[in-house]
Amino acid sequence: MNLFDYFRPSSTAEAVAAASEPGAAYLAAGTNLLDLMKTGAKRPGRLVDITRLPGLDRIEQMPDGAIRIGAMVRNADLARDKDFAAAYPAVAEALLSGASAQLRNAATVGGNLMQHTRCAYFQDPASACNRRAPGTGCDAIGGENRTHAVLGWSDACIATHPSDFSVPLVALDAMVEIEGLDGPREVALDDFHRLPGETPERETVLAPGELVTALRLPAESRAFSANQRYLKLRERTSFAFALVSAMAALDIEDGTIRAARLALGGVAAKPWRARAAEALLVGQSPGIAIFEEAARAALADAMPSGQNAFKIELARRTASRVLLLAAAGAPERMPALPASTFGTTPGALSYV
Amino acid sequence: MSDSLAFPTSHARMGSSSGQPLTRLDGHLKVTGTATYAADNHPQNMAHAVIAVSSIARGRVTSLDVAAAMAHPGVIEVITPANCPPLALDPDQKHGLFGFRFDALQNDRVRYAKQPIAVVVAETLEAATEGARLLAPTYDVEPARMGFDDGEHYDPPAVGIGAPPSFAKGDLAAGHAAATRSVDTTYETPAQYHNAMEPHAMVAEWNGDHLTIDSPNQAIVMSRALFAGYFGIPPENVLLRSPFLGGGFGSKAIMNGPYILTILAARMLQRPVKMVLSRDQMFGPVGHRGATQQHLRLGMDAEGRLTALEHNAVSTTSSFDDFIEPAANASHNIYASPAISTRHGAVRIDTGTPGPMRAPGEASGSAALECAIDEAALACGLDPLEFRLLNYAETDPATGRPFSSKALRECYAEGAKAFGWAGRPLAPRQMQDDEGRLIGWGMGTAMFPCPMFPASARATLRSDGTALVETAGADMGQGAWTALAQIAADGLGLEVERVEFRSGISDLPDAGVAGGSGHTASAGTALHNAGTEAIAKLTEIATADPASPLFGAGNAGVEARNGRLYHRGDETRSESYAEIMARAGMASLEGNGTGTRDPKDAEELAMYSHGAVFAEVKVDPDLCQVLVTRLVGAFAAGHVINPRLARSQLYGGMIWGVSFALHEEAVHDRRSGRPLNADLAGYHIPVHADIPAMQALLVEEDDPYVNVLGVKGVGEIGVTGTVGAIANAIWHATGIRSHRFPIRIEDLIG
Repeated sequence: MNLFDYFRPSSTAEAVAAASEPGAAYLAAGTNLLDLMKTGAKRPGRLVDITRLPGLDRIEQMPDGAIRIGAMVRNADLARDKDFAAAYPAVAEALLSGASAQLRNAATVGGNLMQHTRCAYFQDPASACNRRAPGTGCDAIGGENRTHAVLGWSDACIATHPSDFSVPLVALDAMVEIEGLDGPREVALDDFHRLPGETPERETVLAPGELVTALRLPAESRAFSANQRYLKLRERTSFAFALVSAMAALDIEDGTIRAARLALGGVAAKPWRARAAEALLVGQSPGIAIFEEAARAALADAMPSGQNAFKIELARRTASRVLLLAAAGAPERMPALPASTFGTTPGALSYV
Repeated sequence: MSDSLAFPTSHARMGSSSGQPLTRLDGHLKVTGTATYAADNHPQNMAHAVIAVSSIARGRVTSLDVAAAMAHPGVIEVITPANCPPLALDPDQKHGLFGFRFDALQNDRVRYAKQPIAVVVAETLEAATEGARLLAPTYDVEPARMGFDDGEHYDPPAVGIGAPPSFAKGDLAAGHAAATRSVDTTYETPAQYHNAMEPHAMVAEWNGDHLTIDSPNQAIVMSRALFAGYFGIPPENVLLRSPFLGGGFGSKAIMNGPYILTILAARMLQRPVKMVLSRDQMFGPVGHRGATQQHLRLGMDAEGRLTALEHNAVSTTSSFDDFIEPAANASHNIYASPAISTRHGAVRIDTGTPGPMRAPGEASGSAALECAIDEAALACGLDPLEFRLLNYAETDPATGRPFSSKALRECYAEGAKAFGWAGRPLAPRQMQDDEGRLIGWGMGTAMFPCPMFPASARATLRSDGTALVETAGADMGQGAWTALAQIAADGLGLEVERVEFRSGISDLPDAGVAGGSGHTASAGTALHNAGTEAIAKLTEIATADPASPLFGAGNAGVEARNGRLYHRGDETRSESYAEIMARAGMASLEGNGTGTRDPKDAEELAMYSHGAVFAEVKVDPDLCQVLVTRLVGAFAAGHVINPRLARSQLYGGMIWGVSFALHEEAVHDRRSGRPLNADLAGYHIPVHADIPAMQALLVEEDDPYVNVLGVKGVGEIGVTGTVGAIANAIWHATGIRSHRFPIRIEDLIG
């Protein structure tokens, strides 16, 4: 690990000023950043430790019915917040399907959005990676890429965003509150992460020094509480990133879908909102045929970026299944294995 | 820490110690964090060494920025091929049967990724780590040769540790010709890395020409001699302390470059030096299981009896040394067939040299064989258990020798009963749960040889009625501190609480290697024999002493138990060890023993542990996610010294089987040769939620030949059988036969 300056600001303004210097990085729980610093993939000259900033760790009900989640709220605390989990069961399920209990106790909401791809070539400083070192090329292309992107990738980068949490959030129209040198602003989560294009190194729309201070779920997102699920396919039952994941939320009235939300994870450099699929579902009765059609629409533009053609079919089937699960209703209790296809096994022990 | 452990007083014990499920003697130390592992040692003035490793797999190092590293605050020394003193033995030669070639800065050549190319020593770990990074090596890169297609194929002169590369009995062509049904199938297994929880670590300290090493080691006395050899000093000048290992799995029995470089650094600096490999560095110089491609051809007659069993395997090894995973040898001793033929090929690729990894050959070979047997049963329209019973080997198929004992039939029966195998439909995709998930049942036969290694031990009776027993055993977590103490106590006729057991350090009698599932048998037999020799001497004294109540009883007429000798014919005539020794004026009485097997039995009998593993899996029919939901193993391994520890070993082996079947694979970039998942986030092993309800049944087996204790081994057998059982269960659930491991969603999604 390189030598670096460590700075602990006492206010958001101080933090933003300190982090606007070139080479600075925010340190929250460090569950991703510190790993990357140890391998040398990230070498910030200054760490701005925001863990002690006041006021960023609250979950608040807003007067307009929105819910506001401070960027420093821990993943586990949010998932276990009774009111939040009742209103957004699939978000809680996504949180509990991520990482391990120890990591969830440390990792923060803001950090979850800001985490980097787990592409092995990004994490390995000896490999060519346009995302880590612009202009060096992409060793993932033509390399070991069975888990890489099938949507929205470019010739410069085929990495995926690893977050589970962001998938239901993007489906539910979450807003990201940002503090910068020029004051506060906010941006829709769907616009927050960038697709790689020619500049994969620009992972988000944040300007240097800008700090995520909170997430907000709008009041309208509460309409989906009764019918939402998150489903995650992976290579072991815990502590593994999604090969493919999906979140569906349905607003069903009198047997008709009034509004639908569908997003995919593990398929692109950002949580992937499937708006065309959502449009197909509106006005329909829930059923396997329309769900399969929606799933096909969600993956209509998918292309393998290497040895990962299977992910397209897997994502299609996952999308269709999660719609079925959402239509069946959010479970009364958190499944023993959250987001697992084995999550609803009666009598299963809780492992999380 | 002290090099003997005290038994907690809470142990309840009835009768002899052996056979009792004592909890681990060292368990309390471990769960309270007070057991000192190698890296917990911090002698005064200790410096930290970090190994700089190559990021290319083949070529030469052309420059290292030593000045930049030296300029980093805290860095003391940078060792490169330019200033690395020569070793007394050439690391490019093999020294002894367990000798491996390794990289210790003998030149600028790079032969695999993560190879040591320099050592940075600093006052702190952080400074050494950054110093190593600042070396910023440049290379002349040559194309890496990775995978079976790129490497150089050759016929290896030997496989495993000195085993012949091929075997044949009977007329294979005639066997195939006589077959009315046949199976011709291939299986691939990936490279796997041991990944013991405790990384390879060492604290080395020189005092003149005497060397003290704290380092986890599976073969303490043998390694002492090897370390001494490379530094040109007599073995007795080396003290190797290894009281606890956080797992080894074979990788801590083999010499490696980082260890030699740590000792070199300590000698150059005349300071104690500590080195701990990082997790990613464990994917380079400390061994792994080579990948295999296996081809099996089985012929069966109309009844379903094997007429030919042919098993050919190709395994990867490094460009500069040979360790060939002896996978095909798994077919030698398990199923009856008039013709058996096995053959090994090898392919040189640019990785570190493979080595023995838990069940080397048996694990990978059993995975392929048990799947092929399942295919054969299907081809014959027979239940897989029925097929195995039909081809049950009453004598060793390879040699024709009788088995010293073989309770495999009982394993099949007890395992099948506990699992509920009866009524299993023959065809796949016949069973579902309430939520529509496919259910499959599969099985595999488990088998492992019973080697014994030269071992010796010393038992010393003390005048206070206690005893000291000593052997340089290695506790990798399997429970050697406990099981060996139990055996030692029985050998002396003492309660285990009255025996002080010293182990885990190189100035004790050689306990052999903790490997090959033979440690309890080898070191245990030595301990038992040492105790019985001490008792024999004591008996001689007592029975020859007119003042003793045992006078004239004769050796055969005395029994030792609970610290007393009893007259066999008259229980009222007895005397304590302490009384006998006091009257003889003895402060102590020593007995010595070796761990051996009757050479005639070893020559004439086939000796194996056996088992049967039954697995249930559930598979999502569309999403193809697999979960093992039940795993039952029944194992016959002779006399079990400690059933609690034995079951733990078997559980551990079966969990390795789950890992082999569904999770583990080292992924290398085919172009650069670098491992891409060299951490435990990327190199998957099962988590708790992947491990189902498990049962490990201990099937009774009496073996009077294997050794005086009747002990076989349980360290590795659990891996065998389990991999095949899970793969076969997945086939039974889905109708899809995956021909590679680990079995993944994309193999099943169609």
